[in-house]
Amino acid sequence: MSPEFILGIAIAGTLTGAVYGLMALGLSAIFGVMRVVNFAHGEMMVGGMYIAYLLYKTMGLDPIMMLPVAALGLFVVGYLLQRYLVNYFIEVPEHVQFLLLLAVAMVFTNAFLMIFGPDARGVQLPYAFDSYNVGPLVIDKVRLIAAVIAVLIAALLGLFFAKTRTGKAIRACADNLTGAQVVGLDVKHLYAVTFGLGAACVGAGGALMLLLVDVHPHLTTDYTLLGFIIVIIGGLGSLPGALLGGVLIGLSEAFAGFFLAASMKSMFAFGLLILVLLFRPNGLLGRGA
Amino acid sequence: MAMGRATRMLIGLMVALLLAPFIGNDYLVSVLILCLFNAYLAQAWNIMMGFAGQLSLGHALYVGLGAYAGGALFFHYGTPPWIGMIVGAAIAALVGGVIGFLGFRFGVKGVYFALLTIAFAEFTRILFDHFTWVGGSSGLYLPVVRADHDNLLLLRGRPAMFYYVILGLSAAVFLICHRILGSRLGYYWRAIREDQDAAQALGIDTFKAKMAAVMLSAALTAVGGVFYAFYTNTLYAESAFAMHRSIELILGAIIGGMGTLFGPILGAFLLTLLGELLTRLAENFGHGFEGVKQIGYGLILLVIIALRREGVWPRLAKRLGLDGEKAS
Repeated sequence: MSPEFILGIAIAGTLTGAVYGLMALGLSAIFGVMRVVNFAHGEMMVGGMYIAYLLYKTMGLDPIMMLPVAALGLFVVGYLLQRYLVNYFIEVPEHVQFLLLLAVAMVFTNAFLMIFGPDARGVQLPYAFDSYNVGPLVIDKVRLIAAVIAVLIAALLGLFFAKTRTGKAIRACADNLTGAQVVGLDVKHLYAVTFGLGAACVGAGGALMLLLVDVHPHLTTDYTLLGFIIVIIGGLGSLPGALLGGVLIGLSEAFAGFFLAASMKSMFAFGLLILVLLFRPNGLLGRGA
Repeated sequence: MAMGRATRMLIGLMVALLLAPFIGNDYLVSVLILCLFNAYLAQAWNIMMGFAGQLSLGHALYVGLGAYAGGALFFHYGTPPWIGMIVGAAIAALVGGVIGFLGFRFGVKGVYFALLTIAFAEFTRILFDHFTWVGGSSGLYLPVVRADHDNLLLLRGRPAMFYYVILGLSAAVFLICHRILGSRLGYYWRAIREDQDAAQALGIDTFKAKMAAVMLSAALTAVGGVFYAFYTNTLYAESAFAMHRSIELILGAIIGGMGTLFGPILGAFLLTLLGELLTRLAENFGHGFEGVKQIGYGLILLVIIALRREGVWPRLAKRLGLDGEKAS
């Protein structure tokens, strides 16, 4: 087995991992600000995939063009969900929140099942099999495009939180809720914006993921769990951590899928999760307890 | 007075359940078996979360371990399931003990502890999917003998026999829970649930008490798993260890009223009957309505969580004048 070949697997894994990272970013942002664990995250991901799929099917547009639509659609869903449902459950015990979002997830998954049926659906792109040759390496064009866009969106989100007024206000709510209320921030609205942005990230991630895999309704639980693994490994609430976790999981899946059975690839992800939980419970890039 | 009333009602319920197979048809018996099986598992989970306050979202792990221990022993050596239950319970208690030890010693708490339990369950699911001694991904089929006579020792027989077995198991867990709640350990658990630091300050060995809760809960769940294996006769790692099983298992306990004795039973019956009703409705509207059933289930769940956060039972108990039940 040539080193080029192994490097090729590593590159493919890293690129897929960047898209995973974008998905996990949304989960991490929502938890970081509101301490709400979004158990309906995989459902939102699949929602983004279906939006992109529908637009591709009806208008024949490239899913990359449809990415803003998927993101916007999910932003609206996330905003409304937080504002009119989850907001009433911010203060309740974790297990009640968990059940609430689980019920939401159940409704989403089965709505997909009803509307689209159980079959896997994918897009056929004219450039699906194009690739770039860099020296001895072969890099898939689709994977590279998806990864670059994912990293760009992640950077934009980081900029939003660091530079804009709304972004700073959201961070203020996360740091000191009482203080934020005292200075007159509209916490309900800001929470809803955060949930919306988290959902938009995962929607965009879904549109990109559709370039790489086919979509079917039962992907939902897999993506929810994958999202959790990634953010815990990277550090819940840490945005760079989500990207790092995504890349690590992308790599472990690529290698496990190649050297062992493809069906065993998520075993490594769960194994990694157990190790991180025990030895670095705050994640690789998480802040102290 | 209040306790007397509760006891009388309980005896009435038990008599009704004992007579049910003589009154109802096979369909009713099969639905009741499902209700009791779910009630059994909900009670077992309730020990860990309801009494001791440790959230497990991976209890399918213990169902699966019990099911595979009992199933594989019977399949390979013809071992009676009652021995399989002891073996399965021991294995599950050991695994639960390892998870509890790691979680409690390394200070993994709250959401993180819950995710740790999911991780172990999913890890084991994939492991068993590749474990060829128990059939791997093509499944483990228990040999079925003719069902015209009941063999209680080997748990081969007609639905009514399974019904009485699971009724007995459920009643046994109920009595165990009742006993423990009144004991020193039961008070320790509830002290830890309410405020672990305060409990520790009072000199309670919180680590030991929590370990006892996890191991007992895991062992009892695994016994339910053995029943599941012999009732369904087919085992797939995909479904025995499935994430959705972990979730279904706890829904009943939370809907009914976590931490109470009777809540998990009530919740499991309500949800199982609701699911069955929605299935019937979906069938009447023709196939393709599987999604509708689950959506309805999800929406009803949402409403219950929104309106009865503490579960259905506490309020109902007050109505029936059963506050005297040691249900805190």
